[in-house]
Amino acid sequence: MSTIPLDYETLRLIWWLLLGVLMIGFAIMGGRDLGVGTLLPFVARTDEERRILLNLIGPTWEGNQVWLILGGGAIFAAFPPLYAVSFSGFYLAMLVILLALILRPVGFKFRGKVEDPRWRATWDWGLFIGGFVPSLIMGVAVGNVLLGAPFHIDDTMRMFYTGNFFQLLMPFALLAGLVSVGMIATLGATLIVGRTDGMLAERARRYGIWSGLATLVLFALGGVWVAVMNGYVVTSVIDPNAPINPLAKTVELVQGGWLRNYGTYPWMIAAPVIGLLGVAVAVLGLQRGLKWTAYLAAAAGIFGIVATAGVSIFPFFLPSSTMPNAGLTLWDASSSHLTLFVMLLATGFFLPIIVLYTAWVFRVMRGPVTGQNLGKNPNAY
Amino acid sequence: MIDMTVVELSRWQFAATAMYHFIFVPLTLGLSFMMVIMESVYVMTGREIWRKATLFWGTLFGVNFAMGVATGIVMEFQFGMNWSYYSHYVGDIFGAPLAIEGLMAFFLEATFIGLFFFGWDRLSKVGHLVVTWLTAIGANFSALWILVANGWMQNPVGSKFNPDTMRMEITDFMAVIFNPVAQAKFVHTVSAGYLCGAVFVLSISALFLVKGKHVELAKRSAVVAASFGLAAALSVVVLGDESGYVATEHQKMKIAALEAMYHTEAAPAPWTLLAFPDENGEPGFQISVPWVGGLITTRSFDQPLPGINELVERAQHRIRSGMVAYQALQEIRADGSNAEARAVFDERWADLGYGLLLKRYRDDVQNATDEEIAMAAADTVPGVWPLFWTFRIMMGLGFFYIAFFALWFYRASRGWIDTNKPLLWLTVFLLPTPWIAIEAGWFIAEFGRQPWVVEGVLPTFYAASSLSVLDLVLSLSFFVLLYTVLFVIMVILMVRIVRAGPKDKLFTPSEGDEDFVMAALPATPATKELGS
Repeated sequence: MSTIPLDYETLRLIWWLLLGVLMIGFAIMGGRDLGVGTLLPFVARTDEERRILLNLIGPTWEGNQVWLILGGGAIFAAFPPLYAVSFSGFYLAMLVILLALILRPVGFKFRGKVEDPRWRATWDWGLFIGGFVPSLIMGVAVGNVLLGAPFHIDDTMRMFYTGNFFQLLMPFALLAGLVSVGMIATLGATLIVGRTDGMLAERARRYGIWSGLATLVLFALGGVWVAVMNGYVVTSVIDPNAPINPLAKTVELVQGGWLRNYGTYPWMIAAPVIGLLGVAVAVLGLQRGLKWTAYLAAAAGIFGIVATAGVSIFPFFLPSSTMPNAGLTLWDASSSHLTLFVMLLATGFFLPIIVLYTAWVFRVMRGPVTGQNLGKNPNAY
Repeated sequence: MIDMTVVELSRWQFAATAMYHFIFVPLTLGLSFMMVIMESVYVMTGREIWRKATLFWGTLFGVNFAMGVATGIVMEFQFGMNWSYYSHYVGDIFGAPLAIEGLMAFFLEATFIGLFFFGWDRLSKVGHLVVTWLTAIGANFSALWILVANGWMQNPVGSKFNPDTMRMEITDFMAVIFNPVAQAKFVHTVSAGYLCGAVFVLSISALFLVKGKHVELAKRSAVVAASFGLAAALSVVVLGDESGYVATEHQKMKIAALEAMYHTEAAPAPWTLLAFPDENGEPGFQISVPWVGGLITTRSFDQPLPGINELVERAQHRIRSGMVAYQALQEIRADGSNAEARAVFDERWADLGYGLLLKRYRDDVQNATDEEIAMAAADTVPGVWPLFWTFRIMMGLGFFYIAFFALWFYRASRGWIDTNKPLLWLTVFLLPTPWIAIEAGWFIAEFGRQPWVVEGVLPTFYAASSLSVLDLVLSLSFFVLLYTVLFVIMVILMVRIVRAGPKDKLFTPSEGDEDFVMAALPATPATKELGS
């Protein structure tokens, strides 16, 4: 192990940050497309309008969704116990997300291949479900992470989940789900406003303003809620260089526990501030017709909101409500020292390349999408 | 105790979703490279028909690709959902190639597939060709990393069990990547994909030729498919043999089951062409070819092939050793500083997986009875007859394709493409056969590895999540329902696309819009605001 130039603790911290980058990457890049999908039936009324929206996100959505796939892969590689516990624990929720996500690629491809209006309307709702449901449930999942999930671990590291699907739908979790839908819909709206015109842009502008305002209110409400509800606090010293063993620590429930980090590390307050400011500026930008500003601010808002959840629960990934000591943290749920290092090399090499070619593809596909230039490409959706 | 119903249903679900996903993957692998060939010819010759061909096959490719993406995302998450103990136990090794697949391959493929469809009018000829290349390369890199991951399940190299963390951990990353099983499997699998693409293109082209439609495009496509297919068929069989050879190094039981070989054969072992089980399940009537079995699997005349019965006996020894390892592991878990137990474990850890086979019968593995040990050893035999027959179907088809494509290649080089109607009709009806061979191949790889999910390391039943039967019933039924509906729709759409045939022009001008290509170009100047 002496050949690895970074110590275990540093690598774990880097991977915590990288996981944050990937989650935020998906929330913004994938969020664009999920947001447009969520708004699709409401903002676009005619077939042409809907086709404009689908062709707006059509050329790039597949690449954007890889942020989610890569996020899943990175959790598997860097934090296998987290991957094992969260995906099997939230089994039915994951199933619903998957079924909804399956509708997206086929929705895009199948919709335009048949002229029948009922066929197209069916897929429009399919694409709506594919945008709305994952946005909602991923937010609900984050809410449940803050509440703690009912799971325990035995000495062989086998995990048992004792909750059920409907217990996921607690009021706080639903609030988190709505924040997620709100921020994603706001981003989708700014994208539509930026790249289309006429009634379509106008309706998107109105939806964007309202969903932005709702996001602000709900996110602030969530902050107040977190202050009065119980959070999890590690009460023993964790050796950040030790082999993983979630059961080696002790954890307690403390009222307002999720706010403690902001006292210990005051700079973390930047996350919720960026979240609130971002969404607020997006709303203002939509009102004033500042398209670029609104779009970038909405993305910054998502960055801030997701980061808020991440830093609030630090060092936790997934606390347990029924066996608090078994809650997973970045220190006791990671891969081995060597795997973290090798994966860091791979990510450090490939991620910048990905960003570069994605930027190039976005540049090639830039420009407004209008009804006029739809009919010319037989591959258009 | 482990709920075997949940394990069985989890296995069914994984098999169903993986095999369904693998309907689309091989076509993506094969078709993408054939599109690369056609578009390269277009760019080099400037002849419009080649672009038309690229576009036509690209449209079918798109529908197939969408299905692949839709079903692929399920695969990525299912390990954690249904096989959470597996994910914990081997995630340190298995997760890495999956994540690298995303980083290196799928990102590339998924980002450029959009430009492939939407970039025709926004890129130069060469620029678009590069995009097509990158898409195809991305697809093939995907296969590489997935097979590195799968290869490790077949031959778990470069890793060691860590008693402090209760999991397998990586010791040598390069050994995992350059795992000989993974390398052989990769080339065998992508070749099968190329073959699949070639049969697909050739079959649909044959249909056009029989009907006398789109003859120019169909002839050119058929020539590409015939040559590409011949290369692929040769490669898939040769590399399949390579897979068989490396499998004997690591998975003797799989080979013995494939051959329904219960008794050790003296070298050089014969190869059984056909056999039928007698009342004990062992081969009764059989037709064998002398020497060939030993040649294929050991590449020698002097190495014997161990039979199933002998391998079961060897498994018994390893189970007993695994019980000692398990006992030592318990002692280490109770007291991490127990140096004596660590010494024992270090010596025996490689047999721990065999000890875990007993978990099916009792929790305190170290106290197993002789009878339980015998049962666990008998469990190491996979289902012999399903393997025996699927292997022969796969191999038979493989050799058939070599002859078939050789015939096509010969006729194409003579210019006899659309002259033989019976051959054309045969080609049309061969369309579904590559999938039979390919799914048989996966069945052999995965079913043949049972009862292990990771050969010798982790039994399948021990790897499942602690879910309820209801969870599984719900997920399995929803997947089957949704996948069936989507499959029907996909087939109907593909038939429609084939019926409609290739489009004459890439861009159909709308009325009164003579300068349509220019209008479709991006409005580059004055983009101060986003796209305005």
